[in-house]
Amino acid sequence: MTDVFTAHHVIEYPGGYTRSVGPVIGRFLTGLRDGRLLAVRLDDGRVLVPPTEYDPTTSAAVAPDGDHWVEVGPRGTVQSFTWVSHPRPGKHLLDTPFAFALIRPDGADTAILHVVDCGSADAIRVGSRVAPRWRAERTGSITDIEAWTPLGDGEEPEPATLHVPAEDEQPVTGITVPIRLEYELTAGIATTRYLKGLGEGKIIGGRAPSSDEVYAASRGTDPKSGEPTSVEVEVRDTGVITTFCVVNVPGLSELAPEIPYVSAQILLDGANNTFFGLIRGCPVDEVHMGQRVRAHWADELKPDHTSIQWFEPTGEPDASYEIYKDYL
Amino acid sequence: MRDVAVVSYACSNVARDASHNETEMIVPVLHEAIEKSGLAHDDIGFVCSGSLDYLQGGPFAFVAGLDAVGAWPPVRESHVEMDAAWALYEAWVAIQTGEVDSALVYGFGKSSPGDLHEIMALQLDPYYLLPLWPSMVDVAALQACAYLEANDATERNLAEVSARSQRNARENPNALRKGDVTAEEILQQPVTHRPLRDADIFPITDGSAAVVLAAGDVARRVSKRPAWIRGIEHRMEAHGLGVRDLTRSESTRAAGAAAGVAPGNVDVAELHAQFSHEELILAEALGLDGATTNINPSGGALAANAVMSAGLVRIGEVARRITNGEADRGVAHATSGPALQQNLVCVMEGE
Repeated sequence: MTDVFTAHHVIEYPGGYTRSVGPVIGRFLTGLRDGRLLAVRLDDGRVLVPPTEYDPTTSAAVAPDGDHWVEVGPRGTVQSFTWVSHPRPGKHLLDTPFAFALIRPDGADTAILHVVDCGSADAIRVGSRVAPRWRAERTGSITDIEAWTPLGDGEEPEPATLHVPAEDEQPVTGITVPIRLEYELTAGIATTRYLKGLGEGKIIGGRAPSSDEVYAASRGTDPKSGEPTSVEVEVRDTGVITTFCVVNVPGLSELAPEIPYVSAQILLDGANNTFFGLIRGCPVDEVHMGQRVRAHWADELKPDHTSIQWFEPTGEPDASYEIYKDYL
Repeated sequence: MRDVAVVSYACSNVARDASHNETEMIVPVLHEAIEKSGLAHDDIGFVCSGSLDYLQGGPFAFVAGLDAVGAWPPVRESHVEMDAAWALYEAWVAIQTGEVDSALVYGFGKSSPGDLHEIMALQLDPYYLLPLWPSMVDVAALQACAYLEANDATERNLAEVSARSQRNARENPNALRKGDVTAEEILQQPVTHRPLRDADIFPITDGSAAVVLAAGDVARRVSKRPAWIRGIEHRMEAHGLGVRDLTRSESTRAAGAAAGVAPGNVDVAELHAQFSHEELILAEALGLDGATTNINPSGGALAANAVMSAGLVRIGEVARRITNGEADRGVAHATSGPALQQNLVCVMEGE
């Protein structure tokens, strides 16, 4: 099958994914906002940067305040690095090639993963001395350091611009990270067949050769047996409401009608599974289990879910409970 | 402890499966593994799978995978959001409880629909690392750099691993990257993620794998030569990359010691090295020597690496070689997390 449908999907958290950072990470991030690298001295004497709420070796709790908090850096030494020749727009801090490196700040026993802006891959090696390039506007985020830059012998790191706290400024308690992922998804053979059917005003299902049970909008298998639903079967666009819900919450999706409206599971004639649909054409308080309904097709049919706009009552007598009791 | 063995294994890998959804993709592999097991579908006591919703970008995406299992009447089932090697561990524990005598374990994933290297940044620390978006390959390259520096090793050591992998993979129908190449030829290729070349990085793979486990007499009944699991352990180390010694894998060493890799010959080892340098680190951690152990005869994960099933494939490949008599004793390894953070070691023997 060569003409299987694909779709471009995006996962994005509008405005970014918001996280609480807790008091330990919060103190480190508050330090970054102030233009300082803070670390914690663990029980074994090792100085941990960036700090975590626990000792990474013993899991002992790290207290959010106390004299075990020390300042490290700002100079640091590259422990290992790799070169990013194609920065990712919207994700990476720099839009020109850069190095990712593990950098051990002076006075620390662990390394921090960050970006080194050194122009070319030949300008960095294990052992290179680097220092942070602070942003002028800092919010309390790991990205308050825009990048680290190489430091020549005897060269002094550029100090962070002074952070002038607002009158009511509080320690950093949260961060917001933009996340966006893109996908080119494949509908698969069975779903493509079903969607093409919608474009022709038909509801296509399938069944496994070993079974009489027909699945409308099959995803490709008989879910009871796991056998492929290789036999194509058209089901009717009429059926029985098995169960339903009256929705009184507005704005659940862009496609949702004005509230109140009814979402229902419908046992289509000729199918052995239920099918999701909206119910219109009668007052919401008259919708009931066993009610006979028919699909209302859009004037313009397309191979997607917009082709069936809703289901509406046919006026036929209700189906008996026996007919749909196994589909609840 | 109950004796538990791998009694069947099936696998399928392609570079990009643009025709099938995940459910359609795994059906043939599940059915092949069940058929080869000699057990009736209804006689399998437990089903456990491993997959990653982020690969297809949908919540609870793994539920659709159950449509390929045949879950009516209701089956005893579980899922891990990890490589299916950890699903196999859970199934092994389930069999140890005595509640069930057999289990179907499967893993699946398509890496091609999204940007896998970028998606894997989401498994990193969300406060300190994710905002910088280091890719899965960037993180691995940091480990490779640290390893080479500490061991006075060179890119040639890496190229030798990837060349051997490609040569071994020639016989493997489920391998994507294979060929009669030499380390010299690989060294001619450009470095893409210093110090790594494309040949040092696993190929993007869509695929799935399935294994059937059976206990004691059930295994002996259905298999002429079951691959008995003599030890299976997993260990994990700190998440922060700057906290760990990236030049060695202490978690692999500890898991291998607990699983009983030593003493005894290891005829064959399948190591879940997704990057060339990882094979060197893992072999060292497990005390394996290429002179006496056939390491990654399938080509390993450098030949094909369907994320979420490639670790299970390592177990399946070792078991297959024990069952067909090529090996008497073998070690399989699976990894999860950034830069070999979590490691599972499984020791298997024939009788």
